Order: sequence, then structure tokens, then C-alpha cells
Amino acid sequence: MSAFIQLDHLSKHYRDNVVLENLSCKVAEGEFVTLVGASGCGKSTFLRLLLGTESVSSGQLLMAGKPIEQEPSPDRGIVFQRYSVFPHLNVRENVVLGIEFVESAWLGRLFGQRRKAALAKADELLAAVGLEQARYKYPHELSGGMQQRLALAQALIKKPKVLLLDEPFGALDPGIRKEMHDLVLGLWRQYGLTIFMVTHDLKEGFHLGTRLWVFDKVRHDPHAPNRFGSTITYDLSLQSKDKASTIAAIDEINAQLQAVE
Amino acid sequence: MRRLINLQPNRALKIALGIIPFLLILLVYQISSDIRKAENEQDKLLPSFTEIAAGINRMAFEPSQRTGEYEFWEDTKSSVKRLSMGIAISAAIGLVVGLAAGAIPVIAAPLSPLITAISLIPPMAILPVLFIVFGLGELSKVMLIVIGVSPFLIRDILQRTQELPREQLVKAQTLGGNSWQIVLRVIFPQIVPRLLDAVRLSLGAAWLFLIAAEAIAATDGLGYRIFLVRRYMSMDIILPYVVWITFLAFTLDWCLLKFSRVVFPWYHAEK
Repeated sequence: MSAFIQLDHLSKHYRDNVVLENLSCKVAEGEFVTLVGASGCGKSTFLRLLLGTESVSSGQLLMAGKPIEQEPSPDRGIVFQRYSVFPHLNVRENVVLGIEFVESAWLGRLFGQRRKAALAKADELLAAVGLEQARYKYPHELSGGMQQRLALAQALIKKPKVLLLDEPFGALDPGIRKEMHDLVLGLWRQYGLTIFMVTHDLKEGFHLGTRLWVFDKVRHDPHAPNRFGSTITYDLSLQSKDKASTIAAIDEINAQLQAVE
Repeated sequence: MRRLINLQPNRALKIALGIIPFLLILLVYQISSDIRKAENEQDKLLPSFTEIAAGINRMAFEPSQRTGEYEFWEDTKSSVKRLSMGIAISAAIGLVVGLAAGAIPVIAAPLSPLITAISLIPPMAILPVLFIVFGLGELSKVMLIVIGVSPFLIRDILQRTQELPREQLVKAQTLGGNSWQIVLRVIFPQIVPRLLDAVRLSLGAAWLFLIAAEAIAATDGLGYRIFLVRRYMSMDIILPYVVWITFLAFTLDWCLLKFSRVVFPWYHAEK
């Protein structure tokens, strides 16, 4: 297995508060990793390390052999739970912005033929996420699910190598969530993405991922709860999708998570 | 019987209820004026509506004997010009400085304490300085509005800029935007409607500074006229001028709101 993303004795702490401790792992290109764990277990912090808005305290986080950039950049796309789309731009403009930033350094805005070409590319992606009917609408006119579709299209126009999803479906209704799962799996295959997705929903994690990480603390000091950080306590390969073993694993992890909370 | 907190007046009733207090004030005025007039025919404190109408007519529809101008309209023109210049300059300063400081921490660090300090200076206290530095012409009156209003606008815009969701800025970076592009395409367009809000809030202060400056040193303007005719106790001119100023202030505020609603519908839908 060639390591695309590599964690090498990675730790993250804020002063005395240890969040992540000694994570070592390898992820191949094209994997779909889902991150679960109790709240405050550091799974979102790990996502921010990948994103580049937080930096590693010790150890290394490598992408394609190099330390990950300490700033968000186009090779790592992101979809947040909320506020991922720009309210002042309509659906099409939201997607085209990613092209305009590259092609127009000073104005960040394209005109004439070049704008037309960019819009055509955007329309392709909007069709892929099922938003072609809503092209001229503004985000406030869209439902929560449609806004997340837009956020996905926006991220994909940069052709990112890694797509980071921070509880992207946490605020959606169960029915809509199911649709979004199918959409994300489709996009993942079609664009050959490597996905890291944080979720609260263990079932969602099992259903979507090829690999599931459970973040949890191994050591506890009751007098200093921040003394020890979380690490990856389970690293399950879900390639086989063997029903019986999956259910057994869900139960076990559930029991463990509840014991912590 | 439904609870009082659930009773909603319908549209017609709401409008009627809104007008009643104004009518009541007019009625109370009329009665008080009549009582005073019955005692003293020459009373100037509460002029009758006929006298007020004559006052308006003299100021607005007859050329002044001294200058040959229609003073009411000349006053309005001067005041509105000063006010809009002051507001426009303040808004431009507020937008540029507030946005730059809000978006770029390195600019905020040296500016923010300075702006806080400046905003605490009572503008009226430095009016003499303005008269000395800028003379008694138009500039000093506009400057008083600018000095009074722009620190507030800068601070407000700075805060609004920092309040934009962090997620949007991260997202823009993952879309490949550099600092300038993100300011131009993501932050600036979202701040403009917020600037209009802030300007609307600062209009009251702007009028205050305008009228104060005109009262102290001017040769025309609505504030100048009110303070001039006060010497003759001309309530028949002061009262309509005050109503007119209120009307202008209301109209300006309403226009800004309408403009914002039409141009930035997404902003008003969000709230």
C-alpha cells in the first residue's frame, strides 16, 4: 500500500490541553475514511490539521511525502456543516468563483468568452450534483440539502486530491441524508477522491467509508482530564462489508463510546 | 377570549392606530394655541395653523426681499448638500478602513486602539479647532460630520467584517483565492449592505452635527435659519422647519433601506 497521507507519531496540544496523541497511520489514495468518536475527541481537530488551519504540535502529517501545507489550499477541498457557500452569489457564481480566482488575478472576475467557458464547466458540475435547475437561485432560496450539494460542487471544481467533510449532513433530515450519501459515494468513485469525513452517526460512517477510525482516549487521569489526548483506537477496514462483523463492530464501538460519555 | 399577546391588529387597523397619535398631537396643539390666542391676540409661542401656513408661504414661495432667493429651498439645498457630502465621505472612510482592519489583522493591530481613542473625543469639543483649521466655509461643517460619524462607521464595519463566518474565508482559500481576491469577491460585497445599515444608524448623529455647525457659523442652511429666527421668536417658521428636517431625515433613511432591499435581497432574506 503506497501511503498518500501519512501520520507519523502525530500529536496536537493547546498548551496543557492534549487533544491528539501519538497517531501513526497510512492512508492510500482513493480511500474513504470516516472519523467517529464522542464529542471533544479530537476528530474535528484532526480534520483541521489536514485542512491546514491548525498545525501539528509534534510528529508529522505528510501528503504525498511532503508535510501538509500550513494554510488551506486548492488541493484539499472542504465542506463544512454550515456556511460553506457564499450568500451573496447565486448557485452558478458560487461554483465559478473557483475558476475566476485562478484565471483573473486582479479582479477575481471573468468576462465575455472566458466567463462563458467557465460557466459551462460549472454547469457540468451542477448537473453532477443535481442542481442544474437551481442555477440562478441564491443560497437562501435553497434547502439545507441543496446548499450542501452546492458546497460539494464548489469544492469539486478545483479537482482536489483530498476532500474533507466536516459533519456535512449533520443538519439534514434523515430522508435527505440518504440521498446525499448516494451522491457522495457517486462523486467519490467518479472523481477518484480521497475523502476524510467526520460524522456523529456511526451507521453513516460504516455505510460510506472504506475505512473507519474511532477516536478515543486510551488513558485517563481523573484529576487532570486534559492530561492525555485521543488516539485512533479502532482502524477498521470496511472493504468486505461483511454484515455480521459490521454489526458486531457497531455494537462494540457503541458500547465503548457510551462508556466514555 | 384569546390572550392579549396573541391579538394582532389587521393591516387597516394597524395603519389607523399608527396615525391616531399624530392626529392627537395636532389636536392638542390646536386647542392649546386657541387658548393662548384667546388671552393674547399677539401670542407668538404657539402660532395658529394659518400663521404657520403664511410662514411657510413667505419662506418657500416668495423670493426673499433681501436676496431675491427662495430661502426655504436654498436652506434645504445647502443643508442636504453638506449632509450628503459628510455622510458619503464618512461612509467611504468607514468602508475602506473598517474593511482593511477587519480583514487583515496586521492592519487592525496598530489602528484599532487609535480608532477607539478617536471615537471617544466629543466632536463638538473640537469644533473650534475645525473652524480654526478649515475656516468658516463649507469644509469645516462637512468635517464635523466626518469626524463625528466616521469613527463609529469604522468600528462597526470592522466588527461586521470579523463577524463573517470563518468557514467562508477558509472555503475561499481552498478555492484558490489570494488575500486581495478574497477581500474583493467574498468580504467586500457582503460588507456593503452592512455599511448601509450602519449609515442609517449614524444619520441621527450626522443631522445633529450638521445643525450644530450651522447654528454656530453659517450664512444659510436649515440649522442656521432656525437659530436665526429664534431671535424674533418666529415659531411660525421654526416649527415647519423642524417638521421638514424630520421629514428629510425619514426620507433619507427610507431610501437607504429601499435601496438595500432592492440591491441586496439575499442580505435581507438572511436576517
